[in-house]
Amino acid sequence: MTVVAMQVNGKQVSADVEPRTLLVHYIRENLRLTGTHVGCDTSQCGACVVHVDGLAVKSCTVLAVQAAGSKVRTIEGLADGDSLHPVQAAFKEHHGLQCGFCTPGMIMTAVDMLRRIPKPDEATIRQELEGNFCRCTGYHNIVKAIKAASEVL
Amino acid sequence: MNATDARKATGIGAAVRRKEDFRFITGNGNYTDDINRQGQAYAYFVRSPHAHATIDAIDFADALAAPGVLSVLTGKDVAADGLGGLICGWLIHSKDGSPMKTGAHPVLALTHVRYVGDHVAVVIAETAAQAKDAADLVNVSYGELASVSAVAQAQDKAAAQVHPEAPRNTCFEWELGDRAATEAAFSKAAKIVRLDFANNRLIPNAMEPRAAIGEYDKGTGIYTLHTTSQNPHVARLVLSAFVGLAPENKLRVIATDVGGGFGSKIFIYSEETVCVWASKKVGRPVKWVAERSESFVSDAHGRDHQTHAELALDANGKMLGLRVKTIANLGAYLQLFSSSVPTYLYATLLSGQYDLPAIYCEVDGVLTHTAPVDAYRGAGRPEATYVLERLVETAAREIGMDPAEFRRRNFIRKFPHQTPVIMAYDVGDYEASLNEACRLINYADFPARRRESESRGMRRGIGFSAYIEACGIAPSAAVGSLGAGVGLWESAEVRVNPTGSVEVLTGAHSHGQGHETTFAQLVSDRLGIPIDNVEIVHGDTDKVQFGMGTYGSRSGAVGMSAIQVALDKVIAKARKIAAHVLEAGEGDIVFEDGRFSVAGTDRGMAFAELALQAYTGHKFPTSEIEPGLKESSFYDPTNFTFPAGCHIAEVEVDPETGVVRVEKFVAVDDFGNIINPMIVEGQVHGGVAQGIGQALLEHAVYDPETGQLLSGSFMDYCMPRADNLPSFDVGVTITPAPSNPLGLKGCGEAGAIGSPPAIINAITDALGIRDIAMPVTPERAWRAARGL
Ligand code: FES
Ligand code: FES
Repeated sequence: MTVVAMQVNGKQVSADVEPRTLLVHYIRENLRLTGTHVGCDTSQCGACVVHVDGLAVKSCTVLAVQAAGSKVRTIEGLADGDSLHPVQAAFKEHHGLQCGFCTPGMIMTAVDMLRRIPKPDEATIRQELEGNFCRCTGYHNIVKAIKAASEVL
Repeated sequence: MNATDARKATGIGAAVRRKEDFRFITGNGNYTDDINRQGQAYAYFVRSPHAHATIDAIDFADALAAPGVLSVLTGKDVAADGLGGLICGWLIHSKDGSPMKTGAHPVLALTHVRYVGDHVAVVIAETAAQAKDAADLVNVSYGELASVSAVAQAQDKAAAQVHPEAPRNTCFEWELGDRAATEAAFSKAAKIVRLDFANNRLIPNAMEPRAAIGEYDKGTGIYTLHTTSQNPHVARLVLSAFVGLAPENKLRVIATDVGGGFGSKIFIYSEETVCVWASKKVGRPVKWVAERSESFVSDAHGRDHQTHAELALDANGKMLGLRVKTIANLGAYLQLFSSSVPTYLYATLLSGQYDLPAIYCEVDGVLTHTAPVDAYRGAGRPEATYVLERLVETAAREIGMDPAEFRRRNFIRKFPHQTPVIMAYDVGDYEASLNEACRLINYADFPARRRESESRGMRRGIGFSAYIEACGIAPSAAVGSLGAGVGLWESAEVRVNPTGSVEVLTGAHSHGQGHETTFAQLVSDRLGIPIDNVEIVHGDTDKVQFGMGTYGSRSGAVGMSAIQVALDKVIAKARKIAAHVLEAGEGDIVFEDGRFSVAGTDRGMAFAELALQAYTGHKFPTSEIEPGLKESSFYDPTNFTFPAGCHIAEVEVDPETGVVRVEKFVAVDDFGNIINPMIVEGQVHGGVAQGIGQALLEHAVYDPETGQLLSGSFMDYCMPRADNLPSFDVGVTITPAPSNPLGLKGCGEAGAIGSPPAIINAITDALGIRDIAMPVTPERAWRAARGL
């Protein structure tokens, strides 16, 4: 076992975990932040995307120890108190989610996308989403939501 | 905005933003894997690496001694505890009258394994990692046997047998329609169009993997199962009545937020069964969450048909008859509805939107050494639509008629219409949706777009699909007469609180469909109360008395109709109370905009005041009218509903690379009345994406020699990604369904039903070929472009 400490959503946290523990399991099992999901075992689906030191990362692809000392942000830490992040608000406004399972990963990916590419066109948004699966929406409204968010950000 | 306007903004027909979204966009959803019970242990399943083998011995001494391991259980323990097997709930009879044939479906395999991923043993340990590590130490001696996985080979004399009870792996040889009349129609035909095709096998892949937590309360003897289910009451019924886990009153099934289902979460699987059973044995809650690789091998798959089909035409291009022979892969064991999908959910739709005087369809259901095959979005109807719409488009081309014109010539125009394959269509306007789709895609200008593509060395094609489906399968007596083991009504209970807020308990289950919003819209509209005062409760057998769950696009037509009937009863009782309180005759009470008033006076009271009166019981005779305000309904529709529509796809194929781009996709659907157009459009988008996935990308492939699933991960099974798809153009036409009080037809599956033939029709048009197999990978398109 090894003690892994980091900052998550602005709070200092630490937990004693097996060295093989993935960041996603550290977040879900040790911190009980269950908004970050696990949708696959091959790093394809993007349900697990969080931000590590400001960059979108698939948390199923990183060991918790690799993130030790980092600043991690999960979906739970995205809204500013009661006021939704513009990307969250746009997903609701444009019906960018159905079952909601892919949604946290989609939103965290989109926030990172818009930081790097503030005004993406539709083709760019679609390319940028290549690491995130959604089985419900056909992506149509996700793309629309991200476009709309880019206009208010 | 005043109160009435505010309510209209959230009533029937408004694009209300979803009530459920807040929790999902902030990470506060509550999926099964998010639930953790005090003291829970973890299960990991030992699965068969072989498609077919005997289990000669299981040595789990090392596993039992591994760190953290609490128990290792096998099929022998299941048998020793006298548990029954998993069941199929729909009995099909062969042409000769004999009942379908198959072997038992044990919860954990006993003597044989019959597909890769079959359940052999379970290891229960303190942590998930320890359970998985120890599962590696379970040493199973297998006697490997030959296997068969392909539908085309299953009935070969030399093929390996899946179950001794089903000779030649044939579960049933079923037929529908009038053979003699169809033969006669073909003998008069001026033209016969023939096609052979496969409907490719698919893996549903809801983004949330299946999961379960079983828990036993020693004090009360009550088991609780948290599970990823589309129909928790049916799960409880099966686990009680057939598996024999516990009586219904000692088993509570809860399905909280469920991350997509598409059919795959209708079924009752070994894993949740074992979690419940093992929780008593180990004295701890037992949790299991599928890894995606387990989902691939063990979730029920969809489709997998091999079909020969023939369409007979007269000299004027009028359809005379349809003849279809299908072999449907059922997998190694029948799942809950496996037998109904390629029979009553398939052949009954083969008339499509057309006036087809004679139809004869034969279906052989065959067993193979593959995962069970059952309902996947559309369930039988996509397969039927594919057969018919590919034939129709091919026929139009071969007789040199415009495909839209050819369809118009054959559309059913008078309703009700009795097809030769059971269904009695009640209402529809097929030409309206075809015309609207042509308008949206600008069909008239297609030749110019094609020339433009050709000028860039690309090939452009357009393809139609005019689909029909049947939703809200009903009435129950009719379904029973076709072999179903259950009724397909739905329940609702409307509980009005003393302060006028309302809880609605529904037997339908939402796993992405947005019931918390659409159902609340109905209640808000009918009772005239703010939508935020309405709570929709579902997915817990302790709260909702009974229900049939959500699949087959039934929740609007059946589930909401049940709520509508319960609301009628609430209003009827409230009216009686209002008459007493307002000291007027009941006939003079008007209920409008959330107010009860005495006609022609200014005397009245708001719904909330009435609710309080109902609960105080001070102002009406409780000997005549019971206090309280709560009503329920079990609603059974009078007929199926028949959503129909027209999809048109336009594709561009690059002959140099074989890459197919979907340039435009138009879907015009007639879903009857619509409660929330935003949610309905979203359902269409998702369905079309899955249909395009089937046509271009997705394919579950088993190795024909070894029976190994070759497409067993997202690295090998090509899921549609955002950049594989276009934006969609969605339109509507409306003919309200007469068979339910709200006029709803259902919208959940249409996208997946209509789209595959539209795409393939467009590709064959682009390449000037007769047929191409799904999925049209770049390699296939590239070869076809070269005539290879
Ligand atoms: S769970 Fe991380 S990519 Fe799928
Ligand atoms: S909303 Fe269900 S997977 Fe995206």
